[in-house]
Amino acid sequence: MSAHAKQSPGGEGGHPWLRYMALVLVALVMLYPLIWLIGASFKSNGEIFTEVGFWPQRFDFSAYAKGWKTSTEYTFATYFLNSFLITIPRIIVTVISCVLVAYAFARFEFWGKKILFSIMVGTMMLPLIVLRLPQYLVFRELGWLDSYLPLVVPSAFATDTFFIFMLVQFLKGIPRDMEEAAQIDGCNALQLLWHIIVPLLKPAIVSVIVFQFIWTMNDFMGPLIYLASVEKYPVSLALKMSIGATEEVEWANVIAISVVALIPSVAVFFAAQKHFIEGATSSGVKG
Amino acid sequence: MYENKRLGFLFVLPFVLGVLLFKLFPFVMSFALSFTQYDLIDPPQFVGLENYRELALDDPLFRKSLGVTLLFAVLAVPLRVGFALFIAHVLNFRLRGINFFRAAFYLPSILGGSIAVAVLWRFIFAKHGLVNLLLTQAGLEPIAWLADEHYSMWTIVLLFTWQFGSAMVIFLAALQNVPVSLYEAAECDGASKLQQFWSITVPLITPVIFFNMIMQMVHAFQEFNGPYMITEGGPLSSTYVLALYIYDQSFRFFNLGYGAALSWVLFALVASLSAISFWSSKYWVFYAGEKEQRK
Repeated sequence: MSAHAKQSPGGEGGHPWLRYMALVLVALVMLYPLIWLIGASFKSNGEIFTEVGFWPQRFDFSAYAKGWKTSTEYTFATYFLNSFLITIPRIIVTVISCVLVAYAFARFEFWGKKILFSIMVGTMMLPLIVLRLPQYLVFRELGWLDSYLPLVVPSAFATDTFFIFMLVQFLKGIPRDMEEAAQIDGCNALQLLWHIIVPLLKPAIVSVIVFQFIWTMNDFMGPLIYLASVEKYPVSLALKMSIGATEEVEWANVIAISVVALIPSVAVFFAAQKHFIEGATSSGVKG
Repeated sequence: MYENKRLGFLFVLPFVLGVLLFKLFPFVMSFALSFTQYDLIDPPQFVGLENYRELALDDPLFRKSLGVTLLFAVLAVPLRVGFALFIAHVLNFRLRGINFFRAAFYLPSILGGSIAVAVLWRFIFAKHGLVNLLLTQAGLEPIAWLADEHYSMWTIVLLFTWQFGSAMVIFLAALQNVPVSLYEAAECDGASKLQQFWSITVPLITPVIFFNMIMQMVHAFQEFNGPYMITEGGPLSSTYVLALYIYDQSFRFFNLGYGAALSWVLFALVASLSAISFWSSKYWVFYAGEKEQRK
């Protein structure tokens, strides 16, 4: 009996199938909207509003074609390109700045370290909405409005403090033996960072990349405030526009494009799912 | 080398600049702005406490919005955290395929913030949407989710709850640290599973419950995409959360001073609720180290 209890702490004893049933049921209820969304993207407008099942009567790809073309002069190819033009530079500057800062916090001694660390943790709890308006005014003074600079440049200054925290936690768990050996061999701090720390940090860096990719793709309020011209819109804004444009919403088209819009994030999530959930768990802050 | 203070400071410099430029300066500036009247065209005019007086005494929409925000947080935060804890508890039975379920439950919290999901939500709660189709098939009356002020709140609360995954993985990590021997002992004494949950699991992870409650509260008070996209604040302002009101005042009507004052009220609200939680935490949160002394 105790052997069994060891296998399943707090377990229900003999009925694992009962738990499976509960889990499968919850998973189904949670994921059904997404599954249904995919099915609905192939349905006709009429079928969408009458059919509970997700399997379409016949596969119709025309909603994809129409949705992709949009009612504007640009296609979603432009909007996807824009999203990547924001996301990729942002990921690069985030990784560089956050690794540097995390390295300093985890390994170095310097003046004001404790206070700076508390400030970092504190800013994670600061409601961003308080900062939006003054940030807007600053970027306006700089003449950065209607460009991607307000969406990318702050990240170059390690403002996404959640990632610093995550990397610091990860670095604290890595023993310093290798660094000490490399130091004896005459490595300087930057060589050490590049040849020893970065390879060890790889799993955590993958989490940073995945999180930043998905959050930036999802970001809506930032582009909404800073971007004015349609040609610069990322996918999130373009999707919103496709609903707002006409009174009579072409639901089938909107749904098809919603599916396409979710594909990059879902693909990245499943490709890196293991690392990524562990990264979220070890530092576990953002929702 | 690690003792080299200048080198350490050099590496942390981007962060220091970032905090000063993009966090601290805007933070102070928004406080200053909240005492002015500013419309982006004429220079800001100092009006003292006028903005705060107006929102306290002459702004019924603010009162409505404040109530809606509090209601949203009161409903959505416990639902999300409670659900996360319950599912983490079930997943902790070390079943086969736990990785699959973990990923499945985590997925919504990854996608939930996207506009595509908000579109989906608006759509399944539409008049002839999926939810109402299911209700009719079950022989129930369809509900005007988006048009009836008594139900609209639930659409955004459900969207928030649906994204319980990130809180769940944090609970899961905490649960795996609860010693198995405790459950074995309880089993020997004939405690039921439910009793074990309430008297072993919950007390031992109160610090994590506390942490999740605070973080989710901070998120809930800033919820924007859901109300903006799904209900557009309506009907009858029943989902007009403060984040939406701040956005409208600041970026649609360009009452920048008033917007800043509103955002400071939101900040004060979050800060004081956090402070109250920290203060109350000493009565219900306990950390493994102090266990012995408490007995």
